[in-house]
Order: sequence, then C-alpha cells, then structure tokens
Amino acid sequence: MKRNPLTPYLFLVPGCMILGAFIFYPMLQAIWLSFTDYNMVTEEQFVGLENYGTLFQDDLFWKVLVQTLIYLVGVVPALVILPIFLAILVNQKLKGIGFFRSVFYIPVVTSWVVAGIAWEWVYANNGILNYLLDIFGIINAPIHWLTSTNTALFAVMAVTVWKGLGYYMVIYLAGLQSIPSELYEAADIDGANLWQKISKVTIPLLMPSIMIVSVMSSIAAMKVFEEIYIMTGGGPLNSSKTLVLYIYEEAFQKLNMGYASAAGVVLFIITLIFAVINIRIMGKKESSIQG
Amino acid sequence: MGTPSLETKRVTNVPQQTMTHRVKKLIKTVLNYMLLFIVTVIMVGPFLWLLSTALKSGHENIFQYPPSFIPESPTLANFPAALEAFPFWKYLFNSIVVAVFTVGLNLLFCSLAAYPLARMSFRGKNLIFLLILSTMMIPFQLLMIPIYIFALDLGLKNTYAGLILPHATTAFGIFLMRQAFITLPYELDESARMDGASSFQIWWRILMPLVKPSLVTLAIFTFVMSWGDFLWPLIILDDSDMYTLPLGLNALTGLFSSNWRLIAAGSVISMIPIIIVFAILQRYFIEGATKGAVKG
Repeated sequence: MKRNPLTPYLFLVPGCMILGAFIFYPMLQAIWLSFTDYNMVTEEQFVGLENYGTLFQDDLFWKVLVQTLIYLVGVVPALVILPIFLAILVNQKLKGIGFFRSVFYIPVVTSWVVAGIAWEWVYANNGILNYLLDIFGIINAPIHWLTSTNTALFAVMAVTVWKGLGYYMVIYLAGLQSIPSELYEAADIDGANLWQKISKVTIPLLMPSIMIVSVMSSIAAMKVFEEIYIMTGGGPLNSSKTLVLYIYEEAFQKLNMGYASAAGVVLFIITLIFAVINIRIMGKKESSIQG
Repeated sequence: MGTPSLETKRVTNVPQQTMTHRVKKLIKTVLNYMLLFIVTVIMVGPFLWLLSTALKSGHENIFQYPPSFIPESPTLANFPAALEAFPFWKYLFNSIVVAVFTVGLNLLFCSLAAYPLARMSFRGKNLIFLLILSTMMIPFQLLMIPIYIFALDLGLKNTYAGLILPHATTAFGIFLMRQAFITLPYELDESARMDGASSFQIWWRILMPLVKPSLVTLAIFTFVMSWGDFLWPLIILDDSDMYTLPLGLNALTGLFSSNWRLIAAGSVISMIPIIIVFAILQRYFIEGATKGAVKG
C-alpha cells in the first residue's frame, strides 16, 4: 500500500496555481504598486509613501471614504434586521409559501444591470415612486432621486438593500429551521406573545446567522460598485461616489495604477477591520447570551 | 400528535375557544398573505414596471403623469427592435461560454484540491488550507489592477480565457467540496485501495459520485457569480464582440439613453435566461445560498 508522497500535492496543483496567479501574486503586486507611480505608459518608479500622502490630502478621497462609511452604516443594519422578519414570514406553513420564497429571491439572481435599469425607471421624475408618494400625500413635488446631491447616495443604498434582502432571508431561514419547535411550544404554554417569542427565542438562537450576515453584508458594503456605476456613475457632483468607484476611475480611466493601488490597500485594511470588529462584537454577544 | 396530557387539555378548552380561535386564525392568515403580497410587490414591482414599459406601443407617452401601469394597446414590437439594436444572441453565447467553463473548471479544480485536504495527511496541509481560506478575505477590488496588468501580459484581453481564468477556482468551492468529502466514510478509500485503485481513481470513481449534491450547489453558486459578473468583464473587455449579457445591456442603455421602450425591452429579454434557469432549479438555488453562507 505504498503511496507516492507527491500525490496530495498533485491534486492541489491546478487549484493552487489559479489562486496563486490570480490572488496571491496580484495581492503582493498590489501592495508593491501602491509604492510606485505606475501608469501603464512609463516604466514604474518606486515613490515610497507618496501615493498614500497624496491620497490623504485628496479631498475627493475623504469624501468617497465618508460616503462609503455612510453606505456601510446605512445598509448593514437594514440587511441584518429586515431579512429576519422576512424569514419569519416565509417560515410559516401557508399555501404557496414556496412560491413567495422564490419570488423574494428573484432580485438576487438578476444581474445588476437589469436591476439598476429597473430602479432608474422607478426613480424617474415622472416615475412610479414619486407618483406613489404623491398620492399618499407624502410629497407635493417630485424628488429627483438619482440626480440630486441630497438623495442619490441614499436612493442607491435602498436598491442595495432591496437586492440583498432575499439572499440574507434564505440564510436566516436555514437558521430558523434549525431551532427546535419545542422551544416555541414551551413559550406558548408560558403564554408568550409573538414579540416575546421573537425577542426571547428566535433572535438569541439566530445569533450565529446574524453574525454571518453582518460580516458578509459589511464586506459587501465596502465593495459596492455595480449599482453606483450603473445608476448614478457616482454623481451628481461625486455625491454618490464610493471607494471602489474612485479606485476604478483612477486606475482604468486616468491610468493612475500606483495611486489607485494605494486606495485599494486602504480599502483592504478597512474591510479587514470591519470583519474583525463584527466577529468580536457578535462573538461577545453570543457568549453572553449563552452564559 | 402531542402527549396525552396536552391532548386532554386541548379538548377541555375547545367549547369556549373554538369560535374566537378560528376567527383569530383566519385574521392571522389574511394578515400573513397581505404582508407576503406587499413584499412581493416591492420585490418584483420594479421588474413589472419595466415589463409594462416594454409592452407600451410607440404612440403611448411613457413619461406621462400619472404613470399608467397597464399599456393602452400592448405590443410586442419593442422586443424585436431591441434584438436588432443589440446583438443579444452573440452576448448570450458569450455569457454561456464563460459560465460553462467557469462552472466546469471550478467543479474540477475545487474538488481536486479538496480531496487531499479532506482525506490525506501530508506536510503543510493545515498551512495550505489556511492560505486558501484566507483568500476569501481579499477583495477582488484590491486585485483588479494587478490582475488586469497580468492578464494583459498573458495576452488575455478580449478573450474568453481572460474572462474565465481569474474565477476558475474559488476558496469557497474548495471549502465546500472539502466539507462534502469529509462526511464520507473512510472505509471507502481503504477498500478501494485494497482492490488496487489509485488515488485518482478513488477520487473520480468512488468519491465524486457521492458528493453530487455539493457539486450541484457549487455549480449554481459559480453560475450566478459568473452570469451576473460586471466589474471584471468591464475591465478586461473593450471589444464589444466579446461582451457578455450584462455588458451588452449596459452598452445598449448608453446608445439609446432616450429610448426607454427599447432599453426596457432589452432588459426584459436579458432577464429571460436567468429566470428560466432559476425557475427550473430554484430549490437548489435557495439550498445553495444557505450552504454557502452557513458553512462558508
């Protein structure tokens, strides 16, 4: 039964070659580039921390950074909380519930381009959203959702939430289905109302899922690109521009590859910080509930 | 049925509670369906609004206020017009080629790599696994610049290979397949080895057929990722003949920014393939999402 000691490595070769070539090598390359003035035209020069210095003095960089954090702070709580209620809603034994689960998932599988176009049309000045708000008497003049500096960022945030709801709902649904029904029966016998059942049974037992969703949605929020590129292009007046769109423009429109790489490294560091914070906080909460 | 004691309790309560109970239950059901209906409108409303626009004929003012939801004289004329305005079939073909190869390579490479990580002991195993998992934390947006430069060096601009290769293996896929392999009994390998099977044969003939559910999950997960991908194709393609559907549609909106009927019709057409796939496989889609999250 002698085995070739190289066998395990041979199985790993194709996958690791791809990951090496398209993740580890580019990762090191990105860090290196962030210390150079590479622009695809002239030979790159090592410039030390100059890119980072320029970055931190660029008002637009700070603006997009703040807007990225606004995105995060707005979108993450919505995507952590709202899908819980959706999951509870579709976790009931009702006729046709499978149909509703699928329908709520449709935005998830639709490409960002179609979703973006659909929402541009909803947000149009003469569009359906302004009409609905008008007939309910909430507004008396149409709001220029995507073309006003006051609303563009928030209008796109709402679409991000809308598109993510179904995905996180399904994650919670799996969590809900692992909660033993005896716990609810016991709560019923104790005379608990719906809200007590949710806050005392569902939420605590859903903590692992809540942690996963908050980590996933904050990483996703830091990387937001498609919806902004498609619906507003970062405008008006950069009011909806976020970090990844800024990196994209610096790199592929202005060819400031070195400078854009420095912004990418900043993005990476912030993403890591948020992931770690999330895991820490949620880990604590979970243990305090169990303890 | 519950325990006998619960049963008797329920029976004694029936006379005075039946009516209010039934009414309560009915109200609850009605409320539930109302809520489900409202969420449905929010989820598919934007698409239905787009569909309504795509069905409106040329003489109808699509910008009128109040907006009209039902087309006055519905027409399908915008759909062939949209198909003429952008080479839908070419983009569909490109999307299919990219998705098929991305899915195929992921199934192959991820399960190849997962096999020794799950079922063999060798030097550096934990380190290699840790390195693979760590790639999940690295945002593609940090890597897009060097990958672009690298792909240019390899001559991958405007090629299928350029679209496929960066996504040909994912840490998530390796992780998912490793979980699947770990759950299989080890006696399988042992007895096959007694019979003289090689490691490769064990992997391909014995283990792979047993992890089909996970392969399906991985296939769907990779398919959705590849089908909807926008940022990487946007970077690596400038030849419109190579566009995938999302890019083609995006270009259409640029070209016909004022012709909303055409844009709406094009959007609806480009939604059809994924909706068909989803309708057939929706059970697996939803299972796949949970496997991806709970274990990933």
